[in-house]
Amino acid sequence: MSVPAATDGFVVFDHVQKSYDGQTLVVKDLNLSIGKGEFLTMLGPSGSGKTTCLMMLAGFETATHGEIRLDGRNINDVPPHKRGIGMVFQNYALFPHMSVGENLAFPLEVRGMSRAERDSRITRALDMVQMGQLRNRRPAQLSGGQQQRIALARALVFDPKLVLMDEPLGALDKQLREHMQYEIKALHDRLGITVVYVTHDQGEALTMSDRIAVFNDGRIQQLAAPSELYEKPQNSFVAGFIGENNKLAGTIEKLDGDRAVVRLPTGELIDATAVNVREAGQHTLVSIRPERVEFKPEMMPQGAHTIDAEVRDVIYMGDILRARMKVAGSEDFVMKFRNTLGQTRLEPGQHIRIGWNPQDARALDPV
Amino acid sequence: MAALDPHAAVVAGASGAAPDVTAAPLTTADGRPLARALARSQARARRRAFLLVLPLLAFVIITFVIPIGQMLHRSMYNDGFAAHMPQVSAWFHENPPGTQPDETAFAALAADLKTAADDRTIGIVGTRINYDVPGTRSLFTSTGRKAKSGFQPPYQAALVEADPKWGDPQLWRAMRNASTAYTSNFYLAALDRTRDDQGKVVMAPERQQVYVMLFKRTLLLSLLITFTTFLLGFPIAHLLATLPARKSNLLMILVLLPFWTSLLVRTTAWMVLLQQQGVINDILVWLGIIDSNGRLQMIYNQMGTIIAMTHILLPFMILPLYSVMRTINPSYVRAARSLGATSWTAFRRVYFPLTLPGLGAGALLVFILAVGYYITPALVGGSTGQLISNMIAMHMTETLNWSMAAALAAILLGAVLVLYWIYDRLVGIDNLKLG
Repeated sequence: MSVPAATDGFVVFDHVQKSYDGQTLVVKDLNLSIGKGEFLTMLGPSGSGKTTCLMMLAGFETATHGEIRLDGRNINDVPPHKRGIGMVFQNYALFPHMSVGENLAFPLEVRGMSRAERDSRITRALDMVQMGQLRNRRPAQLSGGQQQRIALARALVFDPKLVLMDEPLGALDKQLREHMQYEIKALHDRLGITVVYVTHDQGEALTMSDRIAVFNDGRIQQLAAPSELYEKPQNSFVAGFIGENNKLAGTIEKLDGDRAVVRLPTGELIDATAVNVREAGQHTLVSIRPERVEFKPEMMPQGAHTIDAEVRDVIYMGDILRARMKVAGSEDFVMKFRNTLGQTRLEPGQHIRIGWNPQDARALDPV
Repeated sequence: MAALDPHAAVVAGASGAAPDVTAAPLTTADGRPLARALARSQARARRRAFLLVLPLLAFVIITFVIPIGQMLHRSMYNDGFAAHMPQVSAWFHENPPGTQPDETAFAALAADLKTAADDRTIGIVGTRINYDVPGTRSLFTSTGRKAKSGFQPPYQAALVEADPKWGDPQLWRAMRNASTAYTSNFYLAALDRTRDDQGKVVMAPERQQVYVMLFKRTLLLSLLITFTTFLLGFPIAHLLATLPARKSNLLMILVLLPFWTSLLVRTTAWMVLLQQQGVINDILVWLGIIDSNGRLQMIYNQMGTIIAMTHILLPFMILPLYSVMRTINPSYVRAARSLGATSWTAFRRVYFPLTLPGLGAGALLVFILAVGYYITPALVGGSTGQLISNMIAMHMTETLNWSMAAALAAILLGAVLVLYWIYDRLVGIDNLKLG
């Protein structure tokens, strides 16, 4: 999946700040440029400012400072109904007193479209989400998944330049959620629209996005493509927030370019890639993905450091096995390995040596 | 679609695999019919539930159903004349309406008057006829006193000599109407109608026609008051539903404040404010908007009734509206705005329709309360602000014509039920949300 150039700037947040009470900033100096046709996800825990950013873009909140531009035009003072932005809400917000058809007709009627034109557009939009037969139903008569599709169709029926989605899949069960992720992604690819998607579900963000902006504490912590975000987190927050991560605290023993050797509190040495550490003697937090931890010597690179680990328990998860181990004083060091035929079975209490490729361990700022 | 929506697939599968229940009645494991087993297992719980509501049921029947039933019965039953004047009543039954009272009739009347005077029931008889022909109660009691010593034949001449009113055809018409205990006459009178000599229903004399006008005024004023409570209450309810909790609680206390003060105190406060030498007129004069000679008459007329009743009934509109508005998710309006609607269109097409259940409930409450309101119009309504309930109260406490009061109340009840039925047809009672 190609990442469109960020400089395209279809949607631009330029030094945007937002405060609700005049005392604290909910959004602190946001700079973000979203390309035309891009699927950008704002990911973060609740209270991180991501929904506020979306609401400012939709026009329901005003920016306290800074400028928001859409297609080169400053939209700070444009009321929501003139922005031409489609929006899918968390609870779908389908009008309960109107049928599905009337819900879809609403944005077309307020634009003064003729009846014939409306009809053909509604039919097209409903067919797009495979809900053509539900036109005369009321929202209350639909399942969650069907309501979700209708909400999507309503946000797209007037051909908006930009579609915002505020945790649209939050109310669905896991299976349906995953299914809808693919459908939304497929629609995005087919229609070529620009999507700004807000979620706190990292799996959703990784599956669907061209780029992900990880929010925390009113700032973007990292803005990158999913694979880069997962494999190369820039700081401890991103490393901890995206996927499962092992964290080992230590001090930098030796720094050679981006290669670092870290001494753990137990005295053992491990290899890591220096990300945001500058000098030897500095405290650091080394982050390693559970699936990148190896316990078979033949899988580790030549000369890599290995450390002692004591297996606490092994959980059988079907496709993978998950071993919880005691490593360097930490009780919760996790290793995941594939459940293949002939895989080594680990037993609780067993002592093994573990290690990893230095590229997979990242020495980050201590929290 | 089923392949794309896992839920749909599950639902389709379940309905497809559902067993055919119509084939044979289901039975329990030991072979008893399932329906009977279910009824038995629930009978105990149902009995207990019934015992729990029994005190309330008894209370409602004793204090509500029975008295109202008696009142309604009284509206078409009054034996004050028929029971105590049996002979002359019998004469009315034997002779068709329009027959001139002959000597037989006067003989029966004289005999009945004597019996009633001896039994001291002559007052009841006089009161009954007095309903229809004002001023006749004394005729009965005075003639009754004379009847004790006995009239001599010819009775017609004797009675007319005792009081010429006995020859009045209107009196005989009234006596004929009262000669049957069950009568529709009170209903006719409540609709400004009466019976002529032939017993046909005709309009009452023009200067006695008050009730239909009062019914119309009551319904119109109630509709107007319902509308003004809606106009004033809607923005307040919206504010209550959208303000932050602390401010909205304070506002709620202000809304409920009228409930905590006596109705009389509130009404008196309106008198202080609205009367010609009152606060509002004083301020207007002081501001120079009106001349001191041109002080506005805002109370002791219809305006007073409308203002005071709107104030008193306002909470009944606000509370149901508020309870509905609180449940309206703000994202509906946001969705409408993002779809391109101006704030007015979003209000008109999305927000307002969603408040209709609360509006319906509030309007129905206010209207029904207003239709039966009595104290406030009596105090501030003057003569033009009186409602039908004031007339009912008058018949209950002053003229003591309870049958008339009951007939007026029954018609009012019927009118409200008809409106309720229309409302149900137009809006639907299911669409009502009281809280």
